[in-house]
Amino acid sequence: MFLKMVFKALTRRKGKHLMIAFTVALGVSLATAMLGVMFDVGDKVNQELKSYGANLNVVPRGSSLVGEKYGFAEGESDAASSNYIKEDELYKIKMIFWAYNIVGFAPYLKTEVEFLGKTAGVAESAGASPSGEFPEFSAADGRILRPRSGLGREGSEDAERAERAGHGERAGHGDRAGRAESAASGLSGEPGAFPGEGGVVLTGTWFNKTLKLPTGEEVEAGMLPLKSWWLIEGEGASDLDAHGALVGRDLAERLGIRPGDSFKIRSAKGGEFTLQARGVFSAGADEDDQIFCPLALAQKAAGLPGLVERVEVSALTTPENELSRRAAKNPDSLSQLEKDTWYCTAYISSIAYQIEEVLPGVRVKAVTRVSESEGPILVKTQLVIILLTALTLFSSALAVSNLVTAGVMERSAEIGLLKALGATDLAVSALVLTETLTVSLFGGFFGYLAGLGFARFIGLSVFGETVEVRLMVIPLSLVMVVLVVLLGSLPALRALLRLKPAEVLRGR
Amino acid sequence: MSNLMEIENVSKIYGPLKALSGVTLSVPQGQWLAVMGPSGSGKSTLMNIIGCLDTPSSGEVFLDGVRLSELSPGELTAIRREAVGLIFQQFHLISHLTALENVMAAQFYHSMVDEREASEALEGVGLAERAGHLPSQLSGGEQQRVCIARALINHPKLILADEPTGNLDELNEKLVMDILHKLHREGATIVVVTHAPEVAAHAGRVIVLEHGRLVSDSVGEAPSGGAGEGEGEGADDPKADFSEADGEAAVLNRPGEEGLEKNTDFSPEEIRARS
Repeated sequence: MFLKMVFKALTRRKGKHLMIAFTVALGVSLATAMLGVMFDVGDKVNQELKSYGANLNVVPRGSSLVGEKYGFAEGESDAASSNYIKEDELYKIKMIFWAYNIVGFAPYLKTEVEFLGKTAGVAESAGASPSGEFPEFSAADGRILRPRSGLGREGSEDAERAERAGHGERAGHGDRAGRAESAASGLSGEPGAFPGEGGVVLTGTWFNKTLKLPTGEEVEAGMLPLKSWWLIEGEGASDLDAHGALVGRDLAERLGIRPGDSFKIRSAKGGEFTLQARGVFSAGADEDDQIFCPLALAQKAAGLPGLVERVEVSALTTPENELSRRAAKNPDSLSQLEKDTWYCTAYISSIAYQIEEVLPGVRVKAVTRVSESEGPILVKTQLVIILLTALTLFSSALAVSNLVTAGVMERSAEIGLLKALGATDLAVSALVLTETLTVSLFGGFFGYLAGLGFARFIGLSVFGETVEVRLMVIPLSLVMVVLVVLLGSLPALRALLRLKPAEVLRGR
Repeated sequence: MSNLMEIENVSKIYGPLKALSGVTLSVPQGQWLAVMGPSGSGKSTLMNIIGCLDTPSSGEVFLDGVRLSELSPGELTAIRREAVGLIFQQFHLISHLTALENVMAAQFYHSMVDEREASEALEGVGLAERAGHLPSQLSGGEQQRVCIARALINHPKLILADEPTGNLDELNEKLVMDILHKLHREGATIVVVTHAPEVAAHAGRVIVLEHGRLVSDSVGEAPSGGAGEGEGEGADDPKADFSEADGEAAVLNRPGEEGLEKNTDFSPEEIRARS
């Protein structure tokens, strides 16, 4: 009889019940989408953070790691950089146990060169330039400029740029101004080859290179995929173009270089090279004062054929835990079982360890500011989602509350009658709750389906790929429906309990 | 015979309004009592208190020996469920349930649903053929008979009817009154609240309320075929006792009954005029 009463009440008051179902569906759809995103956001944020740069830095074992650990910019480590990494061994990075988690890597070789001025075409000469002076250049606005070393800038200027680029932590590097003189000595080539205001940093790299592994497999590597946030004006550089270069925005402004311009440089070794600016980039960091060219050219300029001084690696990693932190300090402190677990998990420390295995003589360090920022970003993102979900559900509960209360008021005579017939408050409450819950579950089901669609939409529009809604969201959605109904029905139940049959049956 | 209900000095106060003022009344088992009085006289308040739908501000009410003032709201609900059958002027049927289901709803909140018994109850009020109809498909008289079947389904000791024929035409009024007579003959205790002297005339006893006070308590001959114990001898046509005697003789006082104001010249016509 109870179910019959519920069913008949549901079919009789279709309009009101559809409104409740729609309200619940709306709330549940948004909550499902947000929970779906929340559970998947870990992977998504991880991938997003990977797009903000490498999280592993491979350097020769002989070089100082102080600069790496504390986020100093490249070239600031002390002068012990006499060791280099062989370029032809770099493919081994893609042959470690976690090779598929290596999403990209790029080598770097930095040297200081002298900027000789813009030219009409591209050429290369091995002859030394007799001039030790830097010429003056006209900027686009007609001002007379002299090229300066990118490493000797004022700290405040550096900090401003860091702020602009959103890399707040780099602002602290402004104190490097005082060390500018010695910093230049960290570059390849002759230390202090272009003292004073002279000298331009030339960095050789792979822009976008296809490597062939011994297994026959081809893999993509290079700097550009790792620097996805760089804004490049111009056509962009390629490894196929031996003289194509990318010029940092600040340097380009100072030297008056525009995309397409050719210019001449002279290395400390005396060789002269003509490069063509294939693009002017804005990195929002120190790189804005550098020229990036194909690795081979930089190697030639530095007199270091086949060598690189640093490799950036971007790897998909598992969040760190106690085991990985212990292993990072000393892998030998682990038991065999722990070591196996650690080795077979994509911790950043185990990937670093595996790269060191295949490239003897290197040291691999995590770029902590990337890996450590993942946790807080994730927590904050999830907190925002949880708050939005709670607000959505609260709004739904308010709407349901209005509808259910209005329904109880409309049905006061019927409810009063049931009470007069001897129905207890509990029995009448159960009847109203069952009706509302049934309708809400119906709405919740469609809300869940709509939520899957919303999650897809959010995934595609925010992360560029679909969000996988976990199965766990189903019971959570169910709980949400029940919570919305209970919360929303509270005022109605209160009104119902206060309802006196003697009054409503007589129309008072 | 024993009293099914005893009301002792009951008052009900709503703010500044005294709806009932020191009403004392005993209703024996099997009696048919009509409560009359003009609007605002306290009839409905008295009915609500008797039917456990309300509680008095002061005084005591005993129903089947149970002191109602000592009961919690939940216990009052249980008493109402077990002992009282309610008949309303507006019928108050659940609109989305059929006639049969309306009767079964009362069973459901009382004990167990028994469709056969519910069908028999409808048959008892002449609605066996209309059991599957919704209230909207029934006439006013038929709805009232469903309401009566629902009131009777749990075999209550007391049937409370509030203006049971107020919304009915003459034919349906007669049908409903015939059912009440039948119930009375079977021994049911009936309390009918009414404005209509014609309806009150069916009762074996008529009390009149005015401004919350019991101003008249008249006992006539027992309704035809009613149990009528303690009310004098039965009569074939009880209506004649009240309506055919030109008003004056319609209300009979019972000299010697304690606590009642005597009112020998009170008539249904006069009540109608006051209403």
